[in-house]
Amino acid sequence: MNAQKINSALVSLYLVLFFLFLLGPLLVMAVSAFNTPSYPQVWPIRGVTLNWFVQLFHDKEMLEGLRTSVVIGVSVSILSVAMGLAGALVMTQLFGTSRAYYYFLVVAPVLIPGIVLGIATVVFWRDFTGLLGLRSLLYNGTVLTILAQSSFVSSYCMLIILARLQRFDVSQEEAALDLGASYPQVFRDVLLPYLRPAILSSAMLGFLTSFENYNATTFAILADKTLTTVLASRVRMGSSPVISALATVIVVLTILAALMFEWVKRREQRRQWSREKEARESERLETA
Amino acid sequence: MNNLGITFVATALMLALFFFLVRYDRHRAVTAQVGFFRRNGALVGTYLVLGVGIWMLFTFIMPMVFMVDLSFHHKLPPSKVGGPEDVYTLDNYRMFLFGSTTSTDSLNWLHLRSFFMTIFISILITLVTFAIAYPLAYYMAQVARMQVLRLLLLLLVIPYWVNDILRAFAFRIVMAENGFLNQFLQGIGLTHGPIDFLGQNIALYVALCYSHLLLMTFPLYNAIEAQDHNQIEAARDLGAPWWHIHLFVVMPHAKPGIASGMTLCFMLTAGAVATPMVLGGPNSLWFTPIVYDRFYQLFDWPQGAAYAIVLLLACIAFVFGVLKLTGLKLGEITK
Repeated sequence: MNAQKINSALVSLYLVLFFLFLLGPLLVMAVSAFNTPSYPQVWPIRGVTLNWFVQLFHDKEMLEGLRTSVVIGVSVSILSVAMGLAGALVMTQLFGTSRAYYYFLVVAPVLIPGIVLGIATVVFWRDFTGLLGLRSLLYNGTVLTILAQSSFVSSYCMLIILARLQRFDVSQEEAALDLGASYPQVFRDVLLPYLRPAILSSAMLGFLTSFENYNATTFAILADKTLTTVLASRVRMGSSPVISALATVIVVLTILAALMFEWVKRREQRRQWSREKEARESERLETA
Repeated sequence: MNNLGITFVATALMLALFFFLVRYDRHRAVTAQVGFFRRNGALVGTYLVLGVGIWMLFTFIMPMVFMVDLSFHHKLPPSKVGGPEDVYTLDNYRMFLFGSTTSTDSLNWLHLRSFFMTIFISILITLVTFAIAYPLAYYMAQVARMQVLRLLLLLLVIPYWVNDILRAFAFRIVMAENGFLNQFLQGIGLTHGPIDFLGQNIALYVALCYSHLLLMTFPLYNAIEAQDHNQIEAARDLGAPWWHIHLFVVMPHAKPGIASGMTLCFMLTAGAVATPMVLGGPNSLWFTPIVYDRFYQLFDWPQGAAYAIVLLLACIAFVFGVLKLTGLKLGEITK
């Protein structure tokens, strides 16, 4: 059929254009990281060099920023999982109007621009730490950024955990209680193991979201520097292939992480298939 | 009463309302309810209260209430805060609408135009992003075979974690005056001189669209994927043209995903800070840099807070507009 051929050609063309748009700019940037001219350019290629990568790894300010970013990312991830998990569990115990009210409040941080949350955090904590007499201890960029990011990262974590919690079979909990387990035991031995995948993926997402966040960070960071704020000031000053080199490193790391994730998932799937096959075999033997 | 006092009182009122609603719901419940601490145990119960309490009160409610309160104050040196000059005022909002008291213009056109342009262009970018993302989401969810789908998802994840500044930087390299795109266009003879993508803000709009393309694609994909393929087959067998199928079968089913993708895309586009900073031309009038300047150029925090609230109100209006238009509930679009 001719119409079908045209149709599938159009689909292929669209897919090619889509991914050209999506990956093209990153590819251009990656090429400019290996080109010799000190203004990042792709064409003409004047010579291949690794010089920009060497400069990147000797850049003290960027390394310092990277360290702060990791500290903030890990703290935000831990805090947000703890708070998001509590938020999701409380949600399941509410109903009626209080549930709607509560839901509105815990979801709101996702729908508020990061710049607004960053501003609110800075203006509140400047006065609040003054009241507590803890300004020298708490009023610094790292702490404020952790607080500002936690407010919306916790909402993301809560939504991920809640999605899994809604599929939880309450009879599991009831069975454990009937068999004499206490509430803390049920929480530790039934609920937490069930929620483990959601907790792990929300921790991962929390870290990555924090690591690449700029909107809330740029207000809350004050005098400190994260990798993104260092990058922003560099980009504002002008273009340099060192920035392209950094982007290339990030893209390569992402590809590796994605491939590893894919590999782990496939291995898990293969294991499950073999387990299912084993179960079928033994069932067949038993019934035979 | 100073700003912090007002903040504590308002927060206490919100808490009281919450506990009142909980009591009210328990009162109305048909079956008897187990108490919170009896149900969870003392240890887990304390963790839940502390977890939600710290999160909501200290990172969200109190800062937001404080910011709203601050926006109704004048900028004062610390020694005068709480003194007789520290009165409530609408000056910061008046500044946004009518300009400073020394200005002779009737309205503050500079800021108003930038605000409405930002909202208008954000809506346009959201619609364009939807138009680009929808076919791919549909293809992945309903047409693609497993192997192809895996590859596509992998390709989508790669640009996802590259941050906004690097994305904007990539577009600056591609779309600069002597950049790759201009060289390419002149090379194939399509244009004769270089096009000023940066000065005309074209690079800014394209990069904003690019940055939020994936945030649109994933909710759409999830929503379309949940639809039974037989419904689409049935519509086709009954002779529905292709656009009929999308408009009356797929899109109504994917409505929550569409609303959620659009809300996210709009909110992040209107609130984007990094992209306008890197790619905004000399006559760029994005609203967020104006807010930023209130803080770190003028050091007028109350006015900055007022401008942030104006932006926030626009986002709230958009969310409610989307909910009203689609007839969805908040819970359905935040999955």
